[in-house]
Amino acid sequence: MRQAAEFTIDYEQVLDARAELVAPLPPFAKDLDTVTAMYRAMVRARAFDAKCVNLQRTGQLGTYASCLGHEAVHIAVGCALKPEDVLAPVYREVGTQLERGVDMREILLYWGGDERGNDFQRARHDFPWCVPIATQTLHATGAAMAFKLRREPRCALAYIGDGGTSEGAFYEALNMAGARALPVVFMIVNNGWAISVPVRAQTAARTLAQKAIAAGIPGVQVDGNDVLAVRSVVERALATARAGGGPAVIEALTYRLSDHTTADDASRYRPPGEVREAWTVEPLVRVRRYLERLNAWSETEEAAHIAECAREIEAAVADYSNAPRPTTDAMFEHLFARLPPHLEWQRALAGAYARSDGH
Amino acid sequence: MVEAIAMAQAWELEHDARVVVLGQDVGVNGGVFRATQGLQQRFGAERVQDTPLAEATIAGVCVGLAAQGLKPVAEIQFMGFLYPALDQIVNHMSRLRHRTRGRLSCPVVMRMPHGGGIRAPEHHSECTETLLCHIPGIRVVCPSSPQRAYGLLLAAVRDPDPVMFLEPVRLYRAFREEIEDDGAALPLDRCVLLHEGRDVTIVTWGAMILEAQAALERLESEGVSVELIDLATLSPLDTQGILASVAKTGRLVIVHEAARNLGLGAEIAALVAERALYDLLAPVQRVTGFDTVVPLHRLEYDYIPSAERIVDAVRLTLATS
Repeated sequence: MRQAAEFTIDYEQVLDARAELVAPLPPFAKDLDTVTAMYRAMVRARAFDAKCVNLQRTGQLGTYASCLGHEAVHIAVGCALKPEDVLAPVYREVGTQLERGVDMREILLYWGGDERGNDFQRARHDFPWCVPIATQTLHATGAAMAFKLRREPRCALAYIGDGGTSEGAFYEALNMAGARALPVVFMIVNNGWAISVPVRAQTAARTLAQKAIAAGIPGVQVDGNDVLAVRSVVERALATARAGGGPAVIEALTYRLSDHTTADDASRYRPPGEVREAWTVEPLVRVRRYLERLNAWSETEEAAHIAECAREIEAAVADYSNAPRPTTDAMFEHLFARLPPHLEWQRALAGAYARSDGH
Repeated sequence: MVEAIAMAQAWELEHDARVVVLGQDVGVNGGVFRATQGLQQRFGAERVQDTPLAEATIAGVCVGLAAQGLKPVAEIQFMGFLYPALDQIVNHMSRLRHRTRGRLSCPVVMRMPHGGGIRAPEHHSECTETLLCHIPGIRVVCPSSPQRAYGLLLAAVRDPDPVMFLEPVRLYRAFREEIEDDGAALPLDRCVLLHEGRDVTIVTWGAMILEAQAALERLESEGVSVELIDLATLSPLDTQGILASVAKTGRLVIVHEAARNLGLGAEIAALVAERALYDLLAPVQRVTGFDTVVPLHRLEYDYIPSAERIVDAVRLTLATS
């Protein structure tokens, strides 16, 4: 008997939970200002996320999926992508959206039940939030086909959760991307839980990254709480893809420190010890310690930055709160490029019975 | 008709650099029905691509391609294999324009064989247009002649929104028509008046045009004046076209190969009941496939409505007035 094929899955980490460097600094991280900016972005995303949860709790926002604990992945991906690249998000990537230039106001509008929140004023070619699990991976693959056809040096990046990797669409997207060597990166955010189902109940695979192997593309695991490692891995994958080297799968190991959404209560199914343990390796504190140790950050700067984020967030919330409720016409607008006649009649009907109380 | 479909795709590939054709076996093989015959040789393997054997992939990458500025024309090999793609069609293709307030859109054509009558294996003879017509944000088109296949497919490719293009398999090679390959599109959202008459309106589409024509000839020979309408666009309905004919004849028979329960005939009958009840001289009749699984091919012509059933339905409308 001889071996037909052999595979390994690497695990990458640069800055461990004690803020010790365990691998050489990636090139971008040699500039401390860059790392500081990434830390600032992580703090900003966490502050905005906390505000969103608060707005939901006080009845000012609909159901919301918190990104608490995912900031390293979200900011790393946001930094690694170029403006001309295309992002296919799921519904939790608040940090990446902010880095793409999506307004806080737009994010609030979407989760506040107004589709104008998907009409990003920047990131015009990015895909909107995607609720149906794993479907977005095929959109990224299709976008990558378009870039390849037009010989454009652009990449697509699709997010997916650990639960999403059980979906057929995920395997199909990988398969097509591999078969055509497309410029697309699949970022699996393995946060341990698909609502109440832990990864070990989702699959017998030892890693989710190895799911790439069957599609003939490389898969790698990375510490998803380590913003330096994630950015390094994503930048290299994008550079390879951009140069025609084909797709990649990255599995970022992190933890969903929040409930699945504001409509969920994770205490029903999750051991509290596990959550406490996860807080000891969460992504923000290690970067802060690292920067403080190098005298690149201080308590004063932390306080000033948090205050600045709060001002920005309050202004966005005020904008959002003052946005007029859409009229019933919004249901009919943009359904087609030109509205067919039978829908004109329905549009008039909806308008005639429109509620004015906002509920 | 199958050549007309290939001609229309060739025209668009030639005249619009954004158009790409993709699907299973559409390349070297030219499609299992030859509806993409010669396209890959002429336009290359990038613009005419074989895809992996995965319908959700086909629909999903169409969303991605279209959102990034291309105009995909995809083939689903048989309508019975469409269902893995429905998630993408329902949740994304049909609503991307709406969800993004027009920022992104999906000018996609999904072509697929429609209906039975060619002794095909199980799952190859489906007529599930109702599933598609129920989805907001897409068009559903079904040509019934080579000329209409050519003109409507051109219109579908040029349309800025998704179009499901249902190609009746019985008509692929049923009869020939001369086609001027001039790139002239036919209007979407309009039914086609195939034969003018005074006594009764028959509304049908797709391959049922064959039985409807046969019924018309028999009825006309008996002195019944039949108006025959090819619906052509199944969604959105050309309500004006239907209502104008019913106002003239006062009798309506709807004929479709698809199952009866919640078939498109029910929508058309409801439309006439709501808007034209007092134009009617007799109750509306539906002649449809049965609410059964489409049988294997020994029984398929017992499933597909016959000209005789149509004639009887017309006679019923005449008898009750």
